[in-house]
Parts: sequence; structure tokens; C-alpha cells
Amino acid sequence: MSAVMPVGPILSALKRNKVGALLMALQIALTLAVVANALSVIQRHWTDMSRPSGLDEANIFSLQNQWVGEPKDLYARIQTDVAALRSLPGVVDAEATNSYPLSGWTYVVGIRLKSSQANSSIQTSLYMDTSHGLAAQGLRLIAGRWFAADEVSEWNSSKSAPFIVVTAALAKRLFPGGDALGASVYVLDDRPMRIVGIVEQASSGSGSGSGYVDLSTFVPYQFVNNLLLYVVRTKPGQQAAVMQEAKQRLLDISRVRIVDSIQRFSESRTKVFAVAAATSWLLGTVCALLLAITACGTVGLTMLWVAQRRRQIGMRRALGARRIDILSYFHTENLLIAGSGALLGIAGGLGLNLWLTKHLAMTRMSPAYIVVGACIVLLLSQLAVLWPAIRAAAVPPSLAARGL
Amino acid sequence: MPNTLGGYYFHLAIRSLRRNVALTVLIIAAVGVGIGATMTVFTVLLAMSGDPIPAKSTQLFAVQIDAWGPDSRKQPGSTTIETRLPDILTYHDGQALMQAHAAARQAAMYGIGQVILPKEGEPFARSGRATYRDFFAMFQVPFHTGGPWSAQDEAEHRDVVVLGAKLAAQLFPAGNAMGQLVTMEAGAFRVVGVLEPWNPQPRFYDPSVAFGAEEGFFVPLTAAIDHQINMNSLSCHSPLGLGFAGRLESSCVWLQFWVELPNAAAVRVYRSYLVNYAADQQKAGRFAWPPLVQLSNVRQWLQTEHIVPDEVRINALLALGFLLVCLVNAIGLMVARFAGRSGAYAIRRALGASRSDIFLQCMVETAVVGALGGALGLALTDLGLAGQRAMLKTVSAYTGQLTHLDGSLMALTVVLSVGATLLSGLYPAWRTTRVSLGWQLKEQ
Repeated sequence: MSAVMPVGPILSALKRNKVGALLMALQIALTLAVVANALSVIQRHWTDMSRPSGLDEANIFSLQNQWVGEPKDLYARIQTDVAALRSLPGVVDAEATNSYPLSGWTYVVGIRLKSSQANSSIQTSLYMDTSHGLAAQGLRLIAGRWFAADEVSEWNSSKSAPFIVVTAALAKRLFPGGDALGASVYVLDDRPMRIVGIVEQASSGSGSGSGYVDLSTFVPYQFVNNLLLYVVRTKPGQQAAVMQEAKQRLLDISRVRIVDSIQRFSESRTKVFAVAAATSWLLGTVCALLLAITACGTVGLTMLWVAQRRRQIGMRRALGARRIDILSYFHTENLLIAGSGALLGIAGGLGLNLWLTKHLAMTRMSPAYIVVGACIVLLLSQLAVLWPAIRAAAVPPSLAARGL
Repeated sequence: MPNTLGGYYFHLAIRSLRRNVALTVLIIAAVGVGIGATMTVFTVLLAMSGDPIPAKSTQLFAVQIDAWGPDSRKQPGSTTIETRLPDILTYHDGQALMQAHAAARQAAMYGIGQVILPKEGEPFARSGRATYRDFFAMFQVPFHTGGPWSAQDEAEHRDVVVLGAKLAAQLFPAGNAMGQLVTMEAGAFRVVGVLEPWNPQPRFYDPSVAFGAEEGFFVPLTAAIDHQINMNSLSCHSPLGLGFAGRLESSCVWLQFWVELPNAAAVRVYRSYLVNYAADQQKAGRFAWPPLVQLSNVRQWLQTEHIVPDEVRINALLALGFLLVCLVNAIGLMVARFAGRSGAYAIRRALGASRSDIFLQCMVETAVVGALGGALGLALTDLGLAGQRAMLKTVSAYTGQLTHLDGSLMALTVVLSVGATLLSGLYPAWRTTRVSLGWQLKEQ
């Protein structure tokens, strides 16, 4: 006799308990639909959170500097500041910039292949960096070169930067043929900018952004603004000491400024993903609780059914059914109910996802995802039945004789 | 004697709950977890989608004018033209509308940031707003002392300031702010008024910072322009002119514009004024397209501006799904509970209890379960919100006040729990009353 019961008798037994079976199937379906969609939200956040920034994360920290008033000699002041930061013992390099990956500061612009193209279809994060940008951030150059000192011009000056460095992802997006290096694109205005280098990776300032998260562009400008970021990269193990000294050094140069938000890269990372992490934890916890409750519910209902059928089980045992037959009866019954629930849940979950995608900013869930979810729910359901089924199998055959 | 009978049912319910503890705990846990998850998410949603100025939300209108033309609304690679207009105005239009004075009250405004130099201690940066004096009356801003600057202050571009409660307390702990000078980057401003704590959430009049800390100070827009105080945000469709003057002349939009229109007639009049204004611009050659304007009251505005992030809406829908699963689970378990006790109900029926008596008894029992589930849900909500607060403390957009459980929310939690449980208990209770009397008794 096979371990799985023929379904005929189970179906006719279920007909006598339509409501219970229906409720269980409905619960499985709803659980699957909701959990799959929640997990797909978590997965999207997780993808963002686990994406490398492209920087030497362990050794970078940043300071936010705001000048009081609007000093006329900002460019010179910034030069003095970064020179002072670079001269601190333990510093590899430092620079002033508008933003860096995961800084929480975003500057997103369109990027075009032709100057005549009215609207750009590709968006890119724009980072203004000097010749120190590569070393100060610990970016990995994989082709071409970085900017030379004499190629960097002052931001807001009329001089246009002729060169840019892009990320590998952007190079591939713009030039799928792989001939990005040396090609020209249009970013800031109608003047062409030649791609002279490609870095392995640099994510966006927010660490997310559908469509452009890995598509970043570096332009050779010294960012000049009242409010800007200083990025400092230290030698391994010396960050804490440099962080303490850096603020004081800047204030020694001039006190007419506000230096704050001194933070390690890891703090920027935590901050920029705070909402994503909080949402993931909330949804994850509730999903776990939900699965636990569904499992407990399955145990509870099956226990009831076992209790209601004790006499019949006894009879079957008396007529020669083995324990394994009783066990497999309940497991097969559960498989039928949960299976139809799971099918309903797959349809409902995909439907819900489609609706959410259409009306709210939700990403499409791959059908494979929900099928795997269905398997997990079915497995959980089978596990939940195990204990009640063992209790059922323990019903002695002699029970059949009682009450006759 | 319905009273004692109710008490009797309550007594029965407690006894019956204690009889099958595992199942009871399971049902309460199911209800509690569902309620807890839902309320955790809904507290945030409710806070974010609340009406920030309920007394006047239908009389305050945001003004939009099509300053960029239909071409600006074409999506790349698509031929359809979106209907959405720039949500703020150019300096040109803002000035023209202020001068026309066509509404009962009106105020153009823009968000600014200033470094403030206190008499003692380190300088610090604070955000504030440049606006017109109608701002305060229009938005019912509560004053602690003093009041809005005068029309004359405004006309003569005087350097005066109204301080927010927090900044006033920080700069003048002794409470003697009135008439004092506050030194900012832009210059020294004389204090003419100090506000009570005031921070409408969401900040409907400037959705670019919908959920932020209280605004520090308010200065006349006329003075702010004189001092060339930069705007926090600017949105352009064509190249920017040079310097501050360039921004004033450009077609970049950066002024929020609000009007107070007390009734439908006033709205009609103002709308036709706006259309005429845009038509004049077309005639003058500034707009190369027919007039298109939009007036939205606060509620419509919050919707247009997409104040509540989709993320929060998705979470809310999923949480509702969680609650549904938990309730279906509870129905199943309650069916099981009542079925397990059908013998006792049969005896009560045999002793003369009517079907409605049994139904009532079941529902009282359900309500008790719902209340206990609500209590658990309350604890879980509190726990969930504490966790959210801890994780979001670095994010100003989700300030602590968004995620606090106040008295009315607590009441809502318990009512929701009892209501939802009673609803899910209807079927199990009805089913119990259908018990076949003879058969059950024979089974005994």
C-alpha cells in the first residue's frame, strides 16, 4: 500500500466538513498571497541594502560644512580646508563634493547620447569630483583613467568639463556593445563629454532609485557651494583618531562655519536605509508571526477533526488499517485542502501584486517567487498536521468496540 | 433581568475560556497579532494622511498655473500629455497674483535656510519661511506674543521676523524676545511676534518638506528678496539665468501660493480671475499656449502631491491582509471551540434555553476573546511602534510624533479588535445554534 491514500474516501469525508475545509483553504490562500507580496517588498529592500556602494566603506567618513554668510572666496577656502584634511596623519586622501554614494544627498540628471535628443531616457546620479576623488572614496577603476588635476574646473564657472567617468553599469546601459570608453555623451548641457574612465561600481546617493541606482557619472568639477560635504578616507584602523581631529582642524582654520553630521560611512548607510530596514523588520516579523499562527490554526483544526473522528479511526484500525495508513490519511487530506488553498493563493497573490504594481509603486513579483512560497506554506502545513496525525494514529482499535 | 443574565453569560464565558486554554490562547494570539500588525502600520498611515487644518481645509486653495506649456508635460518616448501642472509658481506669477489681491487672503511663500548667530554660543542653521502677512491669519497660526508684521512692514521691506516657539525659547530663554534683534546670515531682524508651538503635519503648504521639524522663523518675502535669501528648492524647465536676479526672472518655479476662498462663489470668481490672468499672459506673448489653471483645496492638494508615500499604503494593505488571515484563522478555531462544546449547549437547549440565548452566549464569549485579543494587540502595537521609532530615529520624515499611540488610537484598537472578532464570531455562533439536539444528547 502506498504512503499516500487514494483520494476518493477523503473527498467524501470532506463533503461532510465543508466549512472547516473551506476555512483552512481560505486561510492558506490568504497567507500565501499576503506573505508572498510582503516578502517581495522585503526582497526589494534587501537588494538595495546589500548592494555594494563601490566605496572603501570601512575607511571613509564625512563632514558636512556650512559657511556662515556667503563668503566671496569660497573656492580658496575649500582648497585650504581639503589641504588641511589631507595633511592630517592617517589620512589617505580627502575632497569636497556635492554627494557620494549612500550620503543621502542626491543629484539626479538625465544623460543623452545625442545633443539633439530632447528628453533623456536614462537618469544618472551626478557626482562632482576632483583629481582626488578616486583615492578619497576608494573607487575601483576598471578601464581608462581618472581626472588629472588640470582637468578640474570650478563648479558654476562657465568652463565646461570635457571628460567624465561613469560606472560599468552606466557604460553598459549607454553602449551595450561595450565601446563606451572614448565615446561622447551629453549630461549638463549641449556640449559633449567624453568618457575617459569606467569605475566598477558607485551606487546612487539614496542607495535606491529604480532604474538608476547603479548608473552614476563623475564630472571633474570642484563643487563650490555654501553647504557641501567633505569626504575623508583614512588608513585602516586610524579613522576614530582622524575623526576627532578633523573637526577641530577645520574650526582652527575658520570659526565662521557650522561643521556637523560627522559620520562614518556605516552611519550614512544606516541612515539612508533606515526606512527600508524598519519596513523590512516590521513586515518580516509579522510574516513570521502570520506563518506561526496559520500553522497553529492548522494544528487546532486538525486536532478537532481527529477528536470528532476517533470512533471512525478506531473502526478503521480494527478493520486492519495500519498506523501509517491513519497518518497518511490526515496528511493527504491536508495536502488536498492546503494544495487547493495554495493554488487559490498563487492566483490571489499574483492578482494582488498586479493591482499594487498598477496603482502603487510596487515592483512586479516573479511567479517563481510565489510558487516557492506555495511550497513552503504546503510544507509548513504538512508539518503542522504531523502531531495531530500521530495522535490519530495512536487511537487504539479497541475503541471501535466501545459503545456498540 | 437582562443585566444579571448578561453577567451570567460573562461568567459562563470566562469559565468556558478556561476550559480549553490552548485553543483560547491560540484564538487570542491570532486576533492580537492581526490587530497589532494592522495598528502598527495604520498609526503611521493615519498620522500621515490626517487633515492638518480641519477647520479650514475646504477654504484654503493652492494655486497652479501652466507656466511651462503642454510640451513640458510630454513623457519621453510617449505622445500623451500629462495633465499635471507645475505645483508651484514662478516669481513673476507670484508677484502678479499678490499685487492683484483678488482673494480674501493670499500669500506667496518659499522655504529658506539661515545660519543664526546667537549672542552666546555657536552659530547654528535653521530653516524658516519667507512669506506675506496673510499667511498667519489664513493658516490660523497661534501667536504667543505679538502678531504678524504689519502691511507697512511688508510694503517697506522691513527686516522683521516672527519666531517659532522652539527657536524663540532657544534664543531668548528668558522669554523677552519681543522687539529684540535676531542676527542671521542675511542681517539683523527685529522680532515682532512669537508663535505657540505650531507644526501642522503634513505640512500641506509646502509638501517638499511634508513631515519635518517646526519651522524656526518667518520673514517678509519682500525683505527676503532684498537680501537675496536663496530658496531651498527650485524646479526649472529651461536654463537658469545668472545669480539671484536670474532666478527671479527665470521661468523656474519656487513659490507656493495659497489663497483663502470662503465659499463656492468666491472660488468661481477667483478661478475666472486666474483664467483671465493666464489669458493675458498668452496675449502678452509670455505663454504660447491657452490658459490652464488649477485650484485645489487642502485635501485635494494632499492627494495631488502624493503626501503619503506608496510604501506606507502598500504596508497598510498588507497589514489589512494580515488581519484578514488572522480573523479567518480565528473563525476556524472558534468553530472548533464551539463544536467541542456542543454537548454543553445541547444540554442548555434541552433545559429550555432558546436558540437566541445560545447565540447570545456564544457572542458574549466571542466579545471577551476580542477584548483580550485587543489588549494583546495594544501591547504588540506599542512594541511595534517602539521598534519603528528606534529604527527611524535618524529619519526626520518619520518623526516620533507620527508613531505614537494616543488615547483615541488605543480606543480604536480595542474597538477594532472586539468588532472584528464579533464579526468573525457570527458564523461560528450561528452554527452552534443549529446543533441537532437529540443527536448531541444521545452522544453524551
